[in-house]
Amino acid sequence: MVITGNLYLDLVLMTLLKFAGFVLVFVMGVATVLTWLERKYSAVIQDRIGPNRANIGRFRLGGLFHMLADPIKMLTKEDFTPDTPNPWMFRLAPLLAFVPALVVFAVIPFGPGDNFQISNSELGILFIFAIASLNVYGSVMGAWASNNKWSLMGGLRISAQMISYEVAIGLALCGIFMIYGSVDLQEIVRNQGELLWGFVPAWGIFLQPVAFVLYLTCAIAENKRAPFDVAEAESELAAGYWTEYSSMAFALFALAEFIEIVLIGCVGATLFLGGWQIPGVTGTSPGIVVAQIAAFLAKTIFLIWLQMTIRWTLPRFRYDQVMRLGWRILLPASLVNLVVTGVVLALIDRSR
Amino acid sequence: MPPPELILFYVLATGTLVAAAVMLLPSTGRNPIHSAIALIAAFFCLAGLYAQLSAHLLTALQIIVYAGAIMVLFTFVIMLLNLTPADMREPRFAWWKVAGGVLGLFVFGKLATVITLATGGEQPINLADPMNTPLGSVRDVGRMMYTTNLVAFELASVLLLVAAVGAVVLAKKKLDYVDAPEPSPARTHLHRNVPAGTVLPHGADADPPASHGAHH
Repeated sequence: MVITGNLYLDLVLMTLLKFAGFVLVFVMGVATVLTWLERKYSAVIQDRIGPNRANIGRFRLGGLFHMLADPIKMLTKEDFTPDTPNPWMFRLAPLLAFVPALVVFAVIPFGPGDNFQISNSELGILFIFAIASLNVYGSVMGAWASNNKWSLMGGLRISAQMISYEVAIGLALCGIFMIYGSVDLQEIVRNQGELLWGFVPAWGIFLQPVAFVLYLTCAIAENKRAPFDVAEAESELAAGYWTEYSSMAFALFALAEFIEIVLIGCVGATLFLGGWQIPGVTGTSPGIVVAQIAAFLAKTIFLIWLQMTIRWTLPRFRYDQVMRLGWRILLPASLVNLVVTGVVLALIDRSR
Repeated sequence: MPPPELILFYVLATGTLVAAAVMLLPSTGRNPIHSAIALIAAFFCLAGLYAQLSAHLLTALQIIVYAGAIMVLFTFVIMLLNLTPADMREPRFAWWKVAGGVLGLFVFGKLATVITLATGGEQPINLADPMNTPLGSVRDVGRMMYTTNLVAFELASVLLLVAAVGAVVLAKKKLDYVDAPEPSPARTHLHRNVPAGTVLPHGADADPPASHGAHH
């Protein structure tokens, strides 16, 4: 298909529209709210009050304005550059962490049909793997360019940890590809629309429960959040890889982490919770489409809540425990899951 | 105006060549980390070129495997080496670099000849219309791998398995030395023939035996 002239313009405009609606409004919006919500939620769990001081006039809204106050604070703080032989790498690193985190949303289907997916690349989940695996460079380069031993230790931990868990997460998701017969996310979601035995939706979480647990564990480890935040580990490494970062450079790292929380939610909802599917609801009327988009966003937010609960209820693993968990437990578990899935699929195929 | 695909091709091709040149040039080649980053950029542009040829799976694998995993390990190792400025001052002239260059030119010439002969000078892929050459989709590659090329594929995986097992065996051996309670020859070989009290190039004190444990 050769695209020319006006079609190009339409394509660009549609893409921009989808990008604005999904990434800028939903993803960035949720990530911004998370900067406040996470502290508030941790306060609830730890029986504290949490941030509640920021206000506009007499309105406090439980401290909701902290998410506005924080960017202002970040923008006006001193932007510190340590004494390093690689200042340009130090500057580049936060961008390298931030940009891939946003780019991966291009292939997430947030509604039924091509209109609700920024790019319907057939690569699907492989695109997410590819771009998300670049994320590590931001943190590692920043850690290295900081010219600080704590940062470097954090960077070393990140690269080892992320490579280890990438293997397990890839193998864990292979079961999903085998069941739904595709890596295209939109097709995976479409194939989750059926009902098993008339009442169980054919969602990934019901067909691949082990893979779901493995996915969530590995994804949280990839995002270097507690209980896997050994790269940051403030009790051992000052603040790990971002020790030397301040102001907006730090904010980019932090925001990338929050965006990845949303990403983990989106991918998890797409692969395991049926994406935009509502069990038993089919049709293409505008009302149903809106409901399906809302269902997808609700599932994403549920998974975000789950991640936050995990983050604030589990203590940090020791570094060797993180590596052992990845290589000796999660990797074999995902391999066994893969083999069992293959055998079951072959048996079902034969019985037909 | 040339088709956007063509413009993109030239951008990516130039990017690949520039990144590869930057990787090799002495001014950046002095610091291995800079070379590594240039190599990653080259891989990335290469992946873009694969995508233009509609080799989608190859695009993803190029980034996942090379840019995302192997190069991370490379940077990891380079960081662990903890090179001092003295280690990377002057790019040393070595015969194997010349040999490598000659070999590279030879391979380039050979490939160029073969491709020219095979295509009779024609473009095998129409850049303005890459969608009509569906050979590289996930489905196509998967089918080829598990049907026509099954034996080669399985042999390659066995080779990789052997390599992985070998790597584990080698790493295991090293670990045993670290665990040994007495300083074994492997632990002290760095400091052999160095009189006590000498300051080694990397700044560490040459090993009064009493403080040895503290370093590790």
